[in-house]
Amino acid sequence: MHSIPGRRLIMALFLIFLLLPIYWLVNMSFKTNAEIVSTMTLWPHTPTLQHYRRIFTDESWYSGYINSLEYVVINTVISIAVALPAAYAFSRYRFLGDKHLFFWLLSNRMAPAAVYALPFFNLYSAIGLFDTPWAVALAHCIFNVPLAVWILEGFVSGVPREIDETAFLDGYSFPRFFIKILVPLIASGIGVAAFFCFMFSWVELLLARTLTSVQAKPIAAIMTRTVSAAGMDWGLLAAAGVLTIIPGALVIWFVRNYIARGFALGRV
Amino acid sequence: MDKTINQKAWFLVLPVFLVVAFSAVLPLMTVVNYSMQDTFGNNQFFWNGVGWFKELLDPSTDLGGRFLASLGRNLFFSAVILAIEVPLGIIVALSMPREGWSVAACLVILALPLLIPWNVVGTIWQIFGRPDIGLLGYVLNHLGFNYNYVSNEVDAWVTVIVMDVWHWTSLVALLCYAGLKSIPDAYYQAAQIDGASRWAVFKAIQLPKMNRVLLIAVLLRFMDSFMIYTEPFVVTGGGPGNSTTFVSIELVKIALGQFDLGKAAALSLVYNLIILIVCWVFYTVMTNAGTERKAVAQGEPAAEPKPAAAPRPAGVLKPKEGVA
Repeated sequence: MHSIPGRRLIMALFLIFLLLPIYWLVNMSFKTNAEIVSTMTLWPHTPTLQHYRRIFTDESWYSGYINSLEYVVINTVISIAVALPAAYAFSRYRFLGDKHLFFWLLSNRMAPAAVYALPFFNLYSAIGLFDTPWAVALAHCIFNVPLAVWILEGFVSGVPREIDETAFLDGYSFPRFFIKILVPLIASGIGVAAFFCFMFSWVELLLARTLTSVQAKPIAAIMTRTVSAAGMDWGLLAAAGVLTIIPGALVIWFVRNYIARGFALGRV
Repeated sequence: MDKTINQKAWFLVLPVFLVVAFSAVLPLMTVVNYSMQDTFGNNQFFWNGVGWFKELLDPSTDLGGRFLASLGRNLFFSAVILAIEVPLGIIVALSMPREGWSVAACLVILALPLLIPWNVVGTIWQIFGRPDIGLLGYVLNHLGFNYNYVSNEVDAWVTVIVMDVWHWTSLVALLCYAGLKSIPDAYYQAAQIDGASRWAVFKAIQLPKMNRVLLIAVLLRFMDSFMIYTEPFVVTGGGPGNSTTFVSIELVKIALGQFDLGKAAALSLVYNLIILIVCWVFYTVMTNAGTERKAVAQGEPAAEPKPAAAPRPAGVLKPKEGVA
């Protein structure tokens, strides 16, 4: 592949631009609040783990992570489970209204969360799910299910049709074919779809904050609220931020070649 | 490879339909219902017809003024970030290392901002830009710029834009990189034989090949920036004044702040309609790409055995001006 002159320099500058703000957050999370406020230091001169210790011992903090993980996992499982058969149907068959349905799914993926905040609040209060992880998990389905369908459809289309036909000739029933043959073949696709469902549910704040109050409050909401109430505990805020980056950073290596594909809904 | 017609496929789609309809259709009906009514609290509702919609599109009223102002700000914001992120993304994609471990390293670092929760993106820049404790604010102020995103409108805008560039340029770059990788080496060899300049290679080979991914990138970035809420909300809270109040922030203010259900619902519908139109363009691009992809997949096995793959692109290139 041809590249442009000075590419090493451009790349280096851009990567520094990306990493510098993140470094600053990590840097702050290891400083004492006295050091943050009084001096400008490029690295922690008196490194401390007090902020992390506080998060892992104070229930009002670590419960936020547990709540977030709870609804994210529920959402990912629901999304993948319902999206798998649908992706197969969209990939292999034509049926009444298939194109409209496919577009309708996409339009929900793209709908602004702000539009749904208030009606979701009413809906989930009415059916008694308000302030439970289920409310947020179901609410996030509105963008994650379409996302999973679109991504998985791309992967299923990559499986040659002859495999289906051979399996059916060999006497496989549809459910058996689906679980024994198709799912293993698109395992990497399921991994990618699950990763993106996890990620988009993890990064969303508006709906998660609107649909919870005390019991199921996500870490993102705890971060915004504690900051305004406690008079800016910068070190703690930074530590909480670093911890929310970790899930993404852990799996990033495995999905590095699929990032573009996932964001483009499996169409690149 | 025509798909077979099978109406039973609906049974496979049904779970998805039910789950999404539950969280999309029901709430949307509520919104339509509210948008035609007015409330004075106590759950008493009064019929208002299309009153809110008239007010919404009339800049002389309070609601219309706020909506159109935030819409204008939002469109300006989207235009600016597209104007920066698309060229920058292309440049970064072209600067990717060719092979070895550095490719993987660059991909990982590029993807990192995309996977950070949006409110933490806001927090990162909130901290990074503060004049007292942030590196950026501190350095700028010591260089003689009076930078303060809390009180100065221009600084707030610059911060929000730079934050978005930081957050999302990688997406454009990764999409472009995926497009660039799909160009066969033969094209470059042919260009070399023709003595094409670096710029000509970009214009005649790389840009046309990136056409589709670029279109996807532009549409994705437009829609996401048009719906932006969390990041500017955390950094500036829509201020100073209303200077960085985008449509979503305005909507949440009206809906959950003032609990003005009718106004918020009318705004939601108009907002949703705009997104829907852009979304339709996006869908057309995507599905066209899908048929193209299948055509390529079908054509490949036939084309591959031919050893003379190289001369063909040369022929493609020759008619274009400026290549030779």
